[in-house]
Amino acid sequence: MRGHDHRPKQPDLEDLPYTWHMALTDALADLLMAKGIFGADELRATLETIDQATPAQGTRLVARAWVDPAFRARLLEDVNAAAAELGIDAGAIPIRAVADTPEVHNVVVCTLCSCYPRFLLGPPPDWYKQRAYRSRVVREPRAVLAEFGLVLPDEIRIEVHDSTAELRYMVLPMRPEGTAHMDEEALAALVTRDCLIGTALPRAPQRA
Amino acid sequence: MTAPRFGPGDRVRVKRWDPPGHVRTPFYVRGHVGEVVTVVGPMPDPEQMAYGRTDAPPVVVYRVRFRRRELWPEDADPHEDTVVVDLGETWLEPAGTGEEARAA
Repeated sequence: MRGHDHRPKQPDLEDLPYTWHMALTDALADLLMAKGIFGADELRATLETIDQATPAQGTRLVARAWVDPAFRARLLEDVNAAAAELGIDAGAIPIRAVADTPEVHNVVVCTLCSCYPRFLLGPPPDWYKQRAYRSRVVREPRAVLAEFGLVLPDEIRIEVHDSTAELRYMVLPMRPEGTAHMDEEALAALVTRDCLIGTALPRAPQRA
Repeated sequence: MTAPRFGPGDRVRVKRWDPPGHVRTPFYVRGHVGEVVTVVGPMPDPEQMAYGRTDAPPVVVYRVRFRRRELWPEDADPHEDTVVVDLGETWLEPAGTGEEARAA
């Protein structure tokens, strides 16, 4: 006899305990659909819209701000309105951009849960939702950033933004040195998701 | 409309409340003094909205900056790093009044 018939199946997510909150969520969605508040297709489409947002939308805003000072001012005033200028729907929740300077480096967190500008940048990375990042980055930001490979000079102040209200945050990093020759599209490619959270900095491409 | 009680530059102390239910004020700033960076303005009060009280009056939200070394004086790291937290006015009182003794 071979043992393969008796090997336990690897559990799927659905095999985890069905909790009270999961039941509540399913019941609420079923009720709202039964009452005709929204349909299954609308629910699906909303989830799809959220999932299809990507950090690329944020990187376009940063690159435009780097080449256009007037746009930069409007972005710092109101991210949602500035995004609309580029044809990007950043959603209904107000988003603020926090600008890095030679003196201050900004980092975003949500210590209470996982607030993130999802409609602009898509779903947050898993580490952003984990307790280790959420609890540590406010208390020991330098140690956390160093673990991400980002070591900042002592004279730069790190300012952590805790998204505790109905506002969301994105970092507007500084344009790297050595990028004067680059156009907007090339500049956008230097900005990554983590640059928009503040756990990385955009880097000029290495000259061959 | 709700007039803001505090303005940019004001020093405010976060109340040391511990109410039950849906609360958006992190424990690590309760009882601590910060400086108002920005008056965001009136926003729907999440502590009421969570219970379906959609007609509750809005709460004025502030961006308040705290010094990491003030929040965690026991930490050895000497850097002057800061945290900015969005807080509702119901949680704030002028610093230097009332709970002065607690800070000593």
